Amino acid sequence: MSVADFEPVIGLEVHAQLLTRSKIFCGCSTRFGAAPNTQVCPVCLGLPGALPALNKAAVEMAIKAGKAFGCRIAERSIWARKNYFYPDLPKGYQISQYELPICSGGAVPVPGLRKVGLTRIHLEEDAGKNVHAGEGSEVDLNRSGVPLIEIVGEPELRSAEEASEYLKALRLTLLYLGINDGNLEEGSFRCDANVSVRRKGAQALGTRVELKNINSFRFVRQAIEHEIARQVEVLEGGGKVAQETRLFDSAQGVTRSMRSKEEANDYRYFPEPDLQPLLVSREWAESVRVPRLPQEVMDDLVAAGVPAADARTLVNDPRLVEVHRRVGGDPKRAALFVVGEFSRALNEKEADLAALKFDPALVREVWRLQDSSAISSTAAREVLAELIRTGEAPEAIVERKGLAQVSDAGALEAVVDAVIARNPAEVARYKGGKANLLGFFVGQAMKELKGKGNPGALNALFRKKLG
Amino acid sequence: MTADLLPLSRLSSALLSREVSPEALLEASLARIRALDGKLHAFLRLSEEEARAAARASGQRHARGQALGPLDGVPVALKDIFCTAGVETTAGSKILRGYVPPYDATVVRKLKEAGGVIVGKLNMDEFAMGSSTENSAFGPTMNPWDLSRTPGGSSGGSAAAVAARMVPGAFGTDTGGSIRQPAALVGCAGLKPTYGRVSRFGVIAFASSLDQVGPFAQDVRGVALLLSAVAGYDENDQTSSTRPVPDYAAALDQGVRGLRIGVPREYFGEGLSPEVEKAVRTGIEKLRGQGCEVKEISLPNSPHAIATYYIVATAEASSNLARYDGVRYGHRARAGQLLEMYERTRAEGFGAEVKRRIMLGTYALSAGYYDAYYLRAQKVRTLIRRDFERAFESVDAVLSPTSPTTAFRLGEKMDDPLAMYLSDVYTVPANLAGLPGISVPCGFDPGGLPIGLQLIGKPFDEETLLRLARAAEPAEHPLPPLLQGRAP
Repeated sequence: MSVADFEPVIGLEVHAQLLTRSKIFCGCSTRFGAAPNTQVCPVCLGLPGALPALNKAAVEMAIKAGKAFGCRIAERSIWARKNYFYPDLPKGYQISQYELPICSGGAVPVPGLRKVGLTRIHLEEDAGKNVHAGEGSEVDLNRSGVPLIEIVGEPELRSAEEASEYLKALRLTLLYLGINDGNLEEGSFRCDANVSVRRKGAQALGTRVELKNINSFRFVRQAIEHEIARQVEVLEGGGKVAQETRLFDSAQGVTRSMRSKEEANDYRYFPEPDLQPLLVSREWAESVRVPRLPQEVMDDLVAAGVPAADARTLVNDPRLVEVHRRVGGDPKRAALFVVGEFSRALNEKEADLAALKFDPALVREVWRLQDSSAISSTAAREVLAELIRTGEAPEAIVERKGLAQVSDAGALEAVVDAVIARNPAEVARYKGGKANLLGFFVGQAMKELKGKGNPGALNALFRKKLG
Repeated sequence: MTADLLPLSRLSSALLSREVSPEALLEASLARIRALDGKLHAFLRLSEEEARAAARASGQRHARGQALGPLDGVPVALKDIFCTAGVETTAGSKILRGYVPPYDATVVRKLKEAGGVIVGKLNMDEFAMGSSTENSAFGPTMNPWDLSRTPGGSSGGSAAAVAARMVPGAFGTDTGGSIRQPAALVGCAGLKPTYGRVSRFGVIAFASSLDQVGPFAQDVRGVALLLSAVAGYDENDQTSSTRPVPDYAAALDQGVRGLRIGVPREYFGEGLSPEVEKAVRTGIEKLRGQGCEVKEISLPNSPHAIATYYIVATAEASSNLARYDGVRYGHRARAGQLLEMYERTRAEGFGAEVKRRIMLGTYALSAGYYDAYYLRAQKVRTLIRRDFERAFESVDAVLSPTSPTTAFRLGEKMDDPLAMYLSDVYTVPANLAGLPGISVPCGFDPGGLPIGLQLIGKPFDEETLLRLARAAEPAEHPLPPLLQGRAP
């Protein structure tokens, strides 16, 4: 027996912070990175007497997610309190949804795989952060009350690779919806995995282990692969997998027991008496617009003539899709620019796309210069790079860097004649049949023209003159 | 009779006609507090400076003829459960000793905006859990009618302060009877409005689905004026109602002819003291005499109210009180480890009754017990509410005793929590059903202790309730012996 004799069963739970400007139950800012405890008020500090007041923007974003994944949107859902003690949880309970969540059912289409079912999506508030400092601990409550959706997937995934692809597809859709920034490292997109294994062909599910602290796509694969191997090893050794929560240790690439089933919290869920049931009328749900989703954008691009590989590259980064749209013109050529020059420039500089100052529509200006032979294709690449960097008008760049191409027949003819006059031996050999010497003549002329000659025009001239 | 002994509504008139100044009224109030509070312990702290500034500002408004309304310049005091910016607020608990809120409860803000002069903070059972004010971490409050007896609770400080004429009006909270029962036991009027009528924002929570803010005054008109000032929707409390707030005082004197009163037989059974029943029946006759139609009704599920209440209220409390963990504010025990810090902070900070209720509530919500306790209690709660809905198809209000007995002795029920809980047997159903209820004085027992009757109204029909209460209240409001110069 080996890993190959077992079938893993994996379900993911994703917590995604919603990109609302203010928190879910108070008016405090959700901005990341502010000085500790500067974005707080009596409500998100859990001061005595404070009460939650729902931010409708968070509800709309949850509806948007629900519609994108084809979930049923509940006309009436219920807030619930999840009770546990922890220093980063100021009220001693988290306001969440339990028995009646806002979205249920639905599925995530995973490219190259299949549709993976969703159990539910519910709204809740984030906790603060414990910061371990010196001898003690400090608590930062800026994050307390930031809205989250928890997206619970059905246990339909069968490998670490599938889990990773599912997660990518889910993340990408949330990016397209504009409701989450997809940042695993900063924790605005977090993933827990429920993993069990069973012998191939078995119907009954194995004992489930919950994995926490997985904060990159690489770690998702590592953690799940390690956990599958660990469980198989336990079973093959005649042991039983214990129901527990395990933490992924990214430094060692292993999972470690955090708490057993016996030590698990009893969250004592009950309906939140400080909030009315969440009512979403059909009109409200219908009024929430869902933008075009990754697969639809992919289909659009391919239909417009963009090669599938380029289209996939674009689609995987909605910011690139946006730049592509703004470049305009021939979609295929624009795609080539975006996945080529533009992505390279971006990667080299690790540039912040939002901070880029160039107007993508100017790319078409560069194309026009190139197509009219005002600049060479080499020069065009240089102009594009400069355009991306500075945002300067293409003609100004050509002017400033002296990149204009010499296409004027009179000017070229003088140089061609001079090259022919200086190289009688090569001329003789060319005429004797050495046709590949044409390149040599063009090169000499280019040298003379400091690279600015129009190579096509030079070729034609030499051919004509050398008969 | 000196002006400051007048009931609130007449004081309000005297202020508006400038027969008395806010400053003089405040000084009289402070003088009486100084004279009596050593015996009564109604107050936990005074805000003399802020009160004097508020009275001065009010005096200037009155002088300019720009009074803000009937409460401008009226001294009021607050149960120590209302958060007051910059003023210590403890909810009667050691765990919040020294805690100074950074914000005003909505009720406090509205009261200030109405020109009310906030004199100080009043004693209460810890986190409003109790019926005698003996569960205060800062010592009990005594009943002005007999210093060996309790004023009831949990808003005992509010009731005692109004009964002893320390202030003409006060605010409390009522989760299971904590306004109405003490009002009955000290002989003043106390109203618990419909759930959602007054904002709970900034009111330290005991049981969120039951808690409601309400006023105390000698006179029903005073209660109406206080309610008008604080009622209404608050965007910070999403359980508050958007219904418009009527002028409660305006409709008071329309009379009660033709109003139908239901007297539930379940509220006149075992445990009701004969003296209380006699006084309440006298009150019923008084209303009948003014043209009310009286009929016996049944509220068959009310006998289950206490059991239901002690599951719902304790479950919510167990969660509401989780925030007192020593991490951010209030008492923190010294300990090496987090868990130990939690345990010792809460062991030291909470009193016995609060711990008992946290444990009861935690148990009721636990996995495996939730359905049998919490869920079942919610179902019974629905049945209790439906009983009232059915009753209100044929009556305009329900009338009962407020409390089964008159004021009991300090210490009498402290070792018997169940006996203490039964003190609220007639008041708890209105909380479970979310209905408005008021207690008004209806007589005295042979020992001279006040007796109150309770009226329960339709949701958001405080107007009818107040009209009936106005018709039932005594013409005069006798002073307790303490104020007649023959205190025991």
